[in-house]
Amino acid sequence: MELAVFYSFAALAVGSGLFILLTRNLMYAAFALFMALLGVAALFVLAGADFLAITQLLVYVGGILVLLIFGIMLTRTASEDDTSQTPNRVLIKLGRSFWGVGLSVILFLLLLGVLVNANFRLNGPALNSRSTIRTLGVELMTSHLLPFEIAGVLLLVALVGAAYLALNRNPSR
Amino acid sequence: MSAPIPLYHFLIVAAALFSIGLAVTITKRNVIGILIGLELMLNAVNLNLVAFSRHDPMLLRGQLFALFVIVVAAAEVTVALAIVLRVSHHYGSIDPDEMNQLKK
Repeated sequence: MELAVFYSFAALAVGSGLFILLTRNLMYAAFALFMALLGVAALFVLAGADFLAITQLLVYVGGILVLLIFGIMLTRTASEDDTSQTPNRVLIKLGRSFWGVGLSVILFLLLLGVLVNANFRLNGPALNSRSTIRTLGVELMTSHLLPFEIAGVLLLVALVGAAYLALNRNPSR
Repeated sequence: MSAPIPLYHFLIVAAALFSIGLAVTITKRNVIGILIGLELMLNAVNLNLVAFSRHDPMLLRGQLFALFVIVVAAAEVTVALAIVLRVSHHYGSIDPDEMNQLKK
């Protein structure tokens, strides 16, 4: 049962990824990225990472994906065959298909060979179905306090820097 | 509770997602398409970290690392989109093949 759910969400994630690869419409790619992120969040739940799955949904779907769609809408260049019937058609060019697909197929086969031959010696049995929030919170506030603070400063710097970079310095244009 | 899902399943799905992300990054001729491919690759890495962290239930170091990866990805996308906006104002397009001013 659990395995069937795992396979369906894995198929959702990988299928959405393939759709992103094949589509020429950037808007559809962004929506397919939403489905892929949803599938990965479900896989996080199946791996026992409940807090991380919620974080994934909040940060990626609520933040990053909305930002990406804003970026697509702000940078699109209207083409002549656009009508009001096709509002979300943002066609882009694809190039270097041979090298891109070939390289990634080679990389996938390489990773697959490594994984099949790896024979990991795992330390103990897998996690049981206990919530991870308590452990994560305690670890963040004790042994990982410095990276936690640095992440906060990094986010502040990134926000200020992005606001400064996106500022239009030449109001006449 | 039934037997947990084997580790290899997660690793193979993550490998597939990483390869697809690499292909998207190379083939899309649009900076935002490249960012979408990067997000896919970061997600694949996170999936690996979470899958291994299942076998470390006392400390969950893999999940903590994945949390920091998500934070850094959020910061990266904000700055990248700000740069993309400036570039699209300057060049009138965000095709990376057309940004060749340094080559001339």
